[in-house]
Amino acid sequence: MSEQILFKVTVDNITIEVPAGTTILQAARQIGGTVAPPAMCYYSKLKGSGGKCRTCLVEVSKGSEKDPRPMPKLVASCRTTVMDGMEVKNITSEKVIDARAGVVEFLLLNHPLDCPICDQAGECHLQDLSFEHGASNTRYEFQRRTFKKHDLGKHIQLHMTRCILCYRCVFTADELTNKRVHGILDRGDHAEIATHIEKSLDNEFIGNVIDVCPVGALTDKTFRFKNRVWFLKPMDAHRECPICSGRVTLWNRGDEVFRVTARKDEWGEIEDTPQGKPGWICNTCRFDKKQSSDWVIEGPRAISRQSVISQGHYAGKVGTHIPNETFSAINEGRAPHLLMDIHNESEVNQTNIHLSENEGPSNGSTFNQNINNA
Amino acid sequence: MGVKLLLEKASVPGIRSYDVYRREGGYAAVEKALKEMSIEAIVEEVKKSGLRGRGGAGFPAGMKWSFIAKPEGVPRHLVCNADESEPGTFKDRYLMEFLPHLLIEGLIISSFALGSNDTYIYIRGEYAWVATILEEAILEATKNGWLGKNILGTGFDCMIHVHRGAGAYICGEETALIESLEGKRGNPRIKPPFPAIQGLWMRPTVVNNVETLAAIVPIIKMGGEEYAKIGVGRSTGTKLISACGNINKPGVYEIDMTISVEDFIYSDEYCGGIANGKKLKACIPGGSSVPILPANLLLKTAKGETRYMNYESLSDGGFATGSMMGSGGFIVLDEDQCIVKNTLTLARFYRHESCGQCSPCREGTGWMEKILQKIESGKGEMSDIDLLWDIQIKIEGNTICPLGDAAAWPVAAAIRHFRDEFEWHINHKELAQTSNFGLQHYADPIHVPA
Repeated sequence: MSEQILFKVTVDNITIEVPAGTTILQAARQIGGTVAPPAMCYYSKLKGSGGKCRTCLVEVSKGSEKDPRPMPKLVASCRTTVMDGMEVKNITSEKVIDARAGVVEFLLLNHPLDCPICDQAGECHLQDLSFEHGASNTRYEFQRRTFKKHDLGKHIQLHMTRCILCYRCVFTADELTNKRVHGILDRGDHAEIATHIEKSLDNEFIGNVIDVCPVGALTDKTFRFKNRVWFLKPMDAHRECPICSGRVTLWNRGDEVFRVTARKDEWGEIEDTPQGKPGWICNTCRFDKKQSSDWVIEGPRAISRQSVISQGHYAGKVGTHIPNETFSAINEGRAPHLLMDIHNESEVNQTNIHLSENEGPSNGSTFNQNINNA
Repeated sequence: MGVKLLLEKASVPGIRSYDVYRREGGYAAVEKALKEMSIEAIVEEVKKSGLRGRGGAGFPAGMKWSFIAKPEGVPRHLVCNADESEPGTFKDRYLMEFLPHLLIEGLIISSFALGSNDTYIYIRGEYAWVATILEEAILEATKNGWLGKNILGTGFDCMIHVHRGAGAYICGEETALIESLEGKRGNPRIKPPFPAIQGLWMRPTVVNNVETLAAIVPIIKMGGEEYAKIGVGRSTGTKLISACGNINKPGVYEIDMTISVEDFIYSDEYCGGIANGKKLKACIPGGSSVPILPANLLLKTAKGETRYMNYESLSDGGFATGSMMGSGGFIVLDEDQCIVKNTLTLARFYRHESCGQCSPCREGTGWMEKILQKIESGKGEMSDIDLLWDIQIKIEGNTICPLGDAAAWPVAAAIRHFRDEFEWHINHKELAQTSNFGLQHYADPIHVPA
């Protein structure tokens, strides 16, 4: 094998060597942390995705070693490949921060902000993005757009008002199914995800669009309004599946399986299987196998830094951190208010429990034991 | 009387038909190019001519041609962009309607130079009758041996296909046009790769405007150097201007780019002055997406020099005090026109035509339209003006294709030059519903925000 050509690229003053052909975003992700630009539409496993949401815009202050001119505009880091000696500014550039705040504002402009009733809340990339980069108020004072409701069949619920038109689900269907039945209709701000005309999505692999959707536009009908994701404990599990890899994450409460998803890495993307292929899962695994007995449970799932699920209850896993402060310390000894009381009622919100230290699904009794031991 | 190269024969009766066109010296350039010139020589002549793309961006055509990749065994394509959808621009329609054979002649030479055996004309769906004219002309040319196999015995095969669009402004953007031509949704592609490397069906492709391709004919006839002598500086040759709005003589005019804007508007040969004896208020000199200019900045640059109808002079002063040549859609507004309403109309157009692919353009254009509608209908607040300014900054330069910029520039320029008209609309809500701001401020309109 010929030697791989390595390019030196500097992102926010951190230099890294990556193979030629790597995108700026992938290089930044190898550095990790806040250097990696956020991405709402780009999905490394989907061919053709990216470039649309404009949240990953970065400033290229030096084109390359040969041609050191800066690029005149901000570029989409997910679709721009690195050159040798390229210097990129992400969070160190005021222009980028400004433009990104603008993009977040645009994305939230027509978003219904119905997080309290949205099943995606807690694992929503738009929530993370607006928390990290957005403003706390809106300057938009007009009616938000609405759409005629489309039924996508018995498995998938479409909330078009929440959609940010990232096209990920379109590319997923292109990649995994032999005939895509849904797509973008219309154009501009009235563009929508729909089927033409009123078909249901019933390909055996179409359930994966739920996993790739960065917002709550496509959600699992079998999980709809059943539970909040942060009350569930994710467990890695697998089964012998004749058509897919069968490697999934179960979202448990006690022994009850509330939903099944593919395994996602710290960027919210589907993990690869040991064979190096994307671990897409089939509809049978996702929607029908809702018994613990269907699965071989491997242990608690490493939780992505992007998830509120990681806050407080997971230790020693990917990107987690436990705040040193406790509620009572923050409140200077005062009793928690109503909201806190509700959360305290919930067995999964005990601050002295680390769910990841508990091998196996957790229920009330294990929590009580844990409390008694402590 | 200016030089006429493209529209020289436009008034000959029956010039639309092959026989009359041929009798008037048509297809001589094809004979010259295919029989006497090499491919390199043609490209060299086009380079020497300094011809700039007539679609709006003004990119040198010869340079665009020389960028095309020539991998072994991969067909190349030439695509003629006849999706002329910019409000105020109708020069290509005129050219195709009256001189279809001129375009075909230009296309044959260009296809020969670029090695394109299948050349496409992507015409907007609304030009249904023009497409029929082109198809008839192509049929005539084929019958007479100018298209098809082994043209003029040179061994060069070429066929021209007319493809009708379905009515989308965005398909005038070259990569969206290519997507649409491939039968896909007309979304602009993310560049790079540029069409010259991977265009139509992932093959090297050149996309040129109708007028650019038609201008190849006089360039071959008279030679690049002679062509470059017409005009001034880097604005060589002649340019078609489609003049419309409140003028006495709207229409398509061929100018040689040495004429001043004042002459163009007021001389009887061209626009013939402002209609109904009114005064000039403002002008959008290059099609709806270029910045609007108030009368004083239109006739004279900020430095006090006369402004001419060419690429450099119209863009003198950048966007702060200048505009752009654009596609040559010259829209004149008289003292009775309301800038707010005009801007609203443009913003509505861009909102309607945004493809919805990238978020700043999709959401921003709709937002700008709503705010402008609010101001126009007498519900505006002072903060709305600054908000509009902020939105256009957030859109410009952050989108995939230039439609985002095209939507942001008219709003930016309207606020930059006519801020007091916006303020008047907000301060005199009821008055603004019944009367017009008129010319109150056009003497000193310059407010340049940092």
